[in-house]
Amino acid sequence: MTYDLVVIGGGPAGVAGALTAAQAGLRVALVDSAMRLGGQYFRHSADPRPAPGLDRFLRLARALDSRADLLLRHQVWSLTRGPDGDLTVHCTAPDRTALPVAARRVLIATGAHDRPLPFPGWDLPGVLTAGGAQALLKGNDVVAGRRIVVAGTGPFLLPVASGLAGAGARVLGVFEANGGLGLARHPLLALGKAGEAAGYAADLVRHRVPYRTRRAVVAAHGEREVEAVTVARLDKDWNVLATRVLECDTVAVGYGFVPQIDLGVQLGCATRHDVDGSPVLAVDAGQRTSVAGVWAAGEPTGVGGWRLSELEGRIAGQVIAADWRAHGGEAGAGAVAGVLLRRRERWRAFGEALQRAYPVQPGWQSWLRDDTLVCRCEEVPLARVREAQSLGATDARSIKLLARPGMGWCQGRICGYAVSCLAGEPPQPPRRPIAQPVTLGALADLTDDPTVQ
Amino acid sequence: MTFHITIDGRPVPVTPGQTIGAALHAAGVRSWRSTRFGGRPRGLFCGIGVCFDCLISVNGRAPERACLVEAAPGDEVTTS
Ligand SMILES: Cc1cc2nc3c(=O)[nH]c(=O)nc-3n(C[C@H](O)[C@H](O)[C@H](O)COP(=O)(O)OP(=O)(O)OC[C@H]3O[C@@H](n4cnc5c(N)ncnc54)[C@H](O)[C@@H]3O)c2cc1C
Ligand code: FES
Repeated sequence: MTYDLVVIGGGPAGVAGALTAAQAGLRVALVDSAMRLGGQYFRHSADPRPAPGLDRFLRLARALDSRADLLLRHQVWSLTRGPDGDLTVHCTAPDRTALPVAARRVLIATGAHDRPLPFPGWDLPGVLTAGGAQALLKGNDVVAGRRIVVAGTGPFLLPVASGLAGAGARVLGVFEANGGLGLARHPLLALGKAGEAAGYAADLVRHRVPYRTRRAVVAAHGEREVEAVTVARLDKDWNVLATRVLECDTVAVGYGFVPQIDLGVQLGCATRHDVDGSPVLAVDAGQRTSVAGVWAAGEPTGVGGWRLSELEGRIAGQVIAADWRAHGGEAGAGAVAGVLLRRRERWRAFGEALQRAYPVQPGWQSWLRDDTLVCRCEEVPLARVREAQSLGATDARSIKLLARPGMGWCQGRICGYAVSCLAGEPPQPPRRPIAQPVTLGALADLTDDPTVQ
Repeated sequence: MTFHITIDGRPVPVTPGQTIGAALHAAGVRSWRSTRFGGRPRGLFCGIGVCFDCLISVNGRAPERACLVEAAPGDEVTTS
């Protein structure tokens, strides 16, 4: 059976896209590696506590469940096109068997992941990404630690700190590496999100959580786990001005997000550099990528929060439905409602304003020591990156070939941004032939698959 | 309602719906793997299946990402 549409990703973008298309009559499947629909923002535990917008999302998810095939706990590791033009979404099932799913159209809604920056001791257990701490809380009802430091840049640090403090952790401080704006002039305010910003600010005050700008965690200390951090006061380029040591058992750090675009790149979708330099999938007004039959929505097209993701998903769903009707010979291409397009413009502008307000400044590189691991998987310290550069490696790719950062399990997802910064170039689109680890058996099945050239 | 899994034979409590990684972290087991070269301890980092720091063996099946696998009663996880 060939689906009219296969959606990859069950966050706000994927669910909105899949539901819009299914309600228009298309045969839809949605694939997600997680146990439950939700993605990162609407991640919830088996017995979820109330959260803004979650009830509505769960209603949409239930509506989708009755209209489409949901393949949860299925990971997509490759996207290919057969000679007949149809696409194959290659999944692995929970028992690791290969499951190729045939599709006329695909919507890539794979979201993003945290962008960490390396610092001495960042590989000690107890150091988590900010999103990781949030995922433990939202998806598992687990508070990441008792005495927690939240650090990095961007407004996402606020819900993380407020969530942890509300769940009983002692949050010793939110250290925002950028500054100047302060909460009062926060870009959230410009978009009528005053209530949300004020709510987080009030939470921090109530729980006596200090919010400090131009500060960063520049080292973590401990034997087997983190026991303390060095917090630095920074100048505007993030060079260290002064330091103090703070005892804690957990650190949650995040310097923005990295859009997950591997599947689109595998198929040859054109990319562009976002405001913050991240490679993202280029899409037109209808969320179409440059490859026929392939749409993208949400963070793979640029980071801008869950509302933008959901809007892009709905728009993609409407355009995909119109494409399906046109090919089925039905009249009317069905224009996208203008109000959706205008709202998308507003939220895109907001996303870009956030990226401009919270850039990563070059001074972070001065926090590194020679023995600081840049790549956690292959355990490549800064000294080896520098050695590769002294041997003539001038770009991230040749550094990778000589010193091996990004060659391990995570395939550069975690260190890729840092290595690009060290090389002095914007991050390039990932070149991963396989988006998720896969067994040899599944690979063998692939070569037997008639839909693959 | 809680059930147990074991890590190297030791029991760890789980609330239904938690991942193996979340249950271990909540029980104070924050590292369960050593790196190949430096022997550095590793546990959860990204929490969403991206970093591969949390690799573990589940009922003899390895490597699994502890942050992605929902814990089931009686699961035996072993460290390396
Ligand atoms: C860890 C983390 C936590 C976050 N928490 C918050 C928060 O609390 N508040 C907030 O305002 N913003 C949060 N964000 C930002 C948030 O990502 C977005 O605002 C919003 O969730 C984006 O929606 P989306 O639909 O584009 O993608 P997502 O919600 O990220 O959904 C993408 C989905 O695709 C799935 N997926 C990806 N690749 C594959 C694959 N190869 N195979 C199968 N499935 C795949 C993922 O499992 C995921 O469910 C968080 C981001 C991260 C990375
Ligand atoms: S914690 Fe990153 S993959 Fe599991």
